[in-house]
Amino acid sequence: MKTFIASSPHVARVNRVDSIMLQVLLALVPGILAMIWFFGWGLLINILLAVTFAVAAECTVILARGRSPLPAIADLSAVVTAVLFAISVPPILPWWMTLLGMLFAIVLVKQLYGGMGYNPFNPAMAAYVFLLVSYPVAMTNWLTPTMLTEHHLSFTESLRIILDGSLPQGLSWDAVTSATPLDEMRGKLDRNLTMGEIRQSPLWGAFGGRGWEWVAAWFLLGGIYLLWKRIITWHIPVSLLSSLLVCATLFWAIEPQTHPFPAFHLFSGAAILGAFFIATDPVTACTTTRGQIIFGASIGALVYVIRTWGGYPDAIAFSVLLLNIAAPMIDHYTQPRVFGHGGKRG
Amino acid sequence: MAVAHSLIANRRLWTFHGGIHIPDEKSLSNGAPIAPIALPSRLVVPLQQHIGAPARVIVAVGERVLKGQMIAEPTGLVSAPVHAPSSGTLVAIESHPIPHPSGLMAPCAIIETDGEDAWAELPPPMTDYPQLDPELIRERIRWAGVVGMGGASFPTSVKLSPGTDRHIHTLIINGAECEPYISCDDRLMRERSGHIFEGVRIMHHLLGVKQVLIGIEDNKPEAIEEMRLALAETDMHTYTEIVPIPTLYPSGGEKQLIRILTGKEVPTKGIPAQVGIVCQNVGTAAAVADAVLEGRPLVSRVVTVTGRAIANPRNLEVPIGTPASDLIAHCGGYRETPRKLVCGGPMMGFALRDADTPITKATNCVLALTPEESPAPGPALACIRCGRCAQACPANLLPQQMYWHARAKDLDRVQDYNLFDCIECGCCAQVCPSHIPLVQYYRYAKTEIWSREQEKRKSEQARARHAAKQARLERQEQERQAKLRKQKEALAAKAKAQAKPETAAKQQASAASPTETANDS
Repeated sequence: MKTFIASSPHVARVNRVDSIMLQVLLALVPGILAMIWFFGWGLLINILLAVTFAVAAECTVILARGRSPLPAIADLSAVVTAVLFAISVPPILPWWMTLLGMLFAIVLVKQLYGGMGYNPFNPAMAAYVFLLVSYPVAMTNWLTPTMLTEHHLSFTESLRIILDGSLPQGLSWDAVTSATPLDEMRGKLDRNLTMGEIRQSPLWGAFGGRGWEWVAAWFLLGGIYLLWKRIITWHIPVSLLSSLLVCATLFWAIEPQTHPFPAFHLFSGAAILGAFFIATDPVTACTTTRGQIIFGASIGALVYVIRTWGGYPDAIAFSVLLLNIAAPMIDHYTQPRVFGHGGKRG
Repeated sequence: MAVAHSLIANRRLWTFHGGIHIPDEKSLSNGAPIAPIALPSRLVVPLQQHIGAPARVIVAVGERVLKGQMIAEPTGLVSAPVHAPSSGTLVAIESHPIPHPSGLMAPCAIIETDGEDAWAELPPPMTDYPQLDPELIRERIRWAGVVGMGGASFPTSVKLSPGTDRHIHTLIINGAECEPYISCDDRLMRERSGHIFEGVRIMHHLLGVKQVLIGIEDNKPEAIEEMRLALAETDMHTYTEIVPIPTLYPSGGEKQLIRILTGKEVPTKGIPAQVGIVCQNVGTAAAVADAVLEGRPLVSRVVTVTGRAIANPRNLEVPIGTPASDLIAHCGGYRETPRKLVCGGPMMGFALRDADTPITKATNCVLALTPEESPAPGPALACIRCGRCAQACPANLLPQQMYWHARAKDLDRVQDYNLFDCIECGCCAQVCPSHIPLVQYYRYAKTEIWSREQEKRKSEQARARHAAKQARLERQEQERQAKLRKQKEALAAKAKAQAKPETAAKQQASAASPTETANDS
C-alpha cells in the first residue's frame, strides 16, 4: 500500500484564493446593479470590456513568462482588478482607454512586479490614476443620474459612444453628462457659494449626491457581507471611514457654510467602495492589525485633505496608492508582541 | 458537587491570540471503551522514546526477558529507561524505522514474545508514599521510564524535580486534547479517572503546589462529568479544580493551556517552571500512579486508531513496540485505501511511510485518512498577504513574513520574526487560501539554522584545533630552536672552556716574554 507523505496539517484546507475573489465579486453585485440602474448600460459594457482585456493581458504575459496561464486566470484576481477599474471610470469611457488602463494595470503594475501577490501597488487604482492624469477630460465625463435626465441611453447607444464616441442624433454631451457631486461641490465652493446655496441644486439627495448615495449604500451592503463572511476584517474600512468622518465633522462643525456635511463625504464619491473593496486589497495593504488601522486612518485623512485642498475632486485612488508605498514600513513598525515576549500587548 | 460547580463558574479564563475551529471528528473513535489488543509475536522497542540522552542496553541478545524488566538504562539526568513490554526473547538490537517525521531508522530492541506475558519481579508498591523521601518517589518514577505522554515525551521525573530555587505553586493537568480525531485522553478520563487522580495526588505531593487545575476542552462533556464525580469522591477537591475550557485548537498546547488557566505567559525560550507552573498530561498522571502505587513501569499506553479509512475506529491499550499495522488490523483493517497514514493528530502528526512502524510511549494516535478527508492541497499559489495566518497564529507571529524570508533562505531575518517561538501547530497552513505548506517552510528554516549552528560549532572546533596545532608546532619549533641554541651554547661554552686554558697559558707565556706578545699584537 502506498500512502502519501507530506508535511502537516493533513486535513482539507478551509480557504481558497479563488473563492475569496469570487466572494468579493459577489459582494460588488448590489452596488454594480445600482450603478447600472442610475448610469445605464455603459457600465456593464465597460465591465465586460475590462474583464476581457485584463484576462487577455494576463494570459499573454504569463505565456511569455513560459508558464501555464490557467491557474493565474482561475484565481480571478485579474477579474476583480478589471471590475474595480470599470466601476471607477465613467460609464462611457472610450474602449481604447479601458484597454490602455488594463494593459497598464495587468502588465506593468502586476505582472512586471512578479504577478499575483508581488505587486506593491493596487493595479486598478494605478490604472485609474494613470488614465486620470493622461486623459483628465474623458475620465471626468460622468453621466447624469437617470432621474435627472430626459434621455436614457439604450444599450446600443451606450455601446456606440464607447466604441466610436458618436452620440445619438440630436443629443449634445450636455444632455447626457454632468459633473459628479464631488466635482460640483468643489466647483461651487471655489466660486464662494455657501452650502445652503449649493444644496439648492437638484443634484443633491438625502445624504449625498442623488443616485450616488444609493450606489454607496449598496456597496456598503456588499462590504458588510464581506465582513460577515470574514473575507475582510473591520480594521481598514472602519478606520478609513471613521477618520474621514472625523475630519469632515470637525471642519463642518467649525464652518458649516463652507464645508460639506459629513455624510456627503461618505456617500458621494468612492469612499465606501474604497474602504471595503479597494483599500482592503490584501496584497497592497498592511498586514498587521495595528498597521491596518494606521493604513486605513491615513487613507481617510488623505482623502479629506485632497478633496478639500487638493487638485482633484476625489482622492481614493491617490490616497490608496500613497499608502501602498508606506505599507511595508508601517508593517515593520507595528509588529505584534509575540507570545512570551514581555512588554505591552500589541 | 454544588461547591465544585460554583467554583468552576467563578474561575476566570484567559484567552490567547488566534487559534482555529476545526471539526473535531472525535465521535468517530470515542464511543467504544478502551480495548486490549492481542499480543503481537514480535515487538520492536525503540531505545530512545524520550527527549534526552538515549538509553543503554543492559540485556544481551538471546537472553530471555520478562514483562516490565529493564532492558536499557538511562544514561544521563535527562534520560529514561526502556522496559520489555512483554515476556520473550531479545532476538536482536537493530536499526528499524521509528515514528519520526523523517522516517528515520534508529536502534530498536526486537523481542520475540512467548505469549506468557509473564511479569518480572516488580519493586514493592509505595502506598505509603506521603511518608517517604520525595527523592525515592522521583527515583521510582524515573525507574519506571515515565515520560510526557501528550506527545513531547520529556522525562517526567525531571519535570517533577524543579529544584529548590524555583517556587512552583500550580500543577496543571492537561486533558484538553485539542487535536481533532484523537480521543485517548477522553477515554482515559472517562474510564480511569480514579487512577488519574491517584497520579495527580502523587505529583501534588512531590511538587508541594497550592492548587491543581485540570483543563478539559468542553467538547468532552462525558469526561468532564466523570472527572468531577471522581474528584468529589476524593479529599482532593480542596485544592483541585476541573476547568472546562472552550474548544479551540491549539488550547492543549502547554503554553496556551497555561495562559488560558492562569493568564501567565511562559517566557520565550523558557519553561513553565519559570512562572511557577508544572504541566502534565492526564496519561502521564495515570502512568505515575502505576509506577508508584503498583511498581509497574511504562510498558503500554492507550492509542486512538481512527480516520474514515479505518473500519472500526476506537481506542486500544497497546504494548509499546506493537507495529501500527497490528492496531489497524485489530480495528477491522481498512474500510477503504487511505491516502495518508499519520502518526499523531491531523494538525501536528507526521505521515508514516510504513505501517510496520512501532508504537512508542509518545504515540497517541494512528490516523488513516481517506482521500476525501485529506485531499491533495493542489499547487501552492503565491502569498496574497491576506494575513489570515497571522490572525490564526497562537504565538502572535507574522507567518507570512517568516514564510517570505524562509523562502528566500534569509535565515537571519526569519529569526528576527521570532521563528523559534513557532510551535508548529499548523493553524497558519490550515487557513492559508494559497495552500502554502507554511509549517514545512518553518521546519526547514529551523533545521537549516540548527545545522548551520552545528557547522559553525564544528568549524570553530576545527579552527581551535588548527590553532592549537599551529601553537603546538610553533612551540615545538621554539623548543627545538631553544634546544639547538642551548646545545650550541653548550658547545660554544665547551669550546671556550677548552680554549681558556690555552689562552691562560698564552697569557702566562706572554707575561714571561713581552716581546713575543708585542709581536703577536
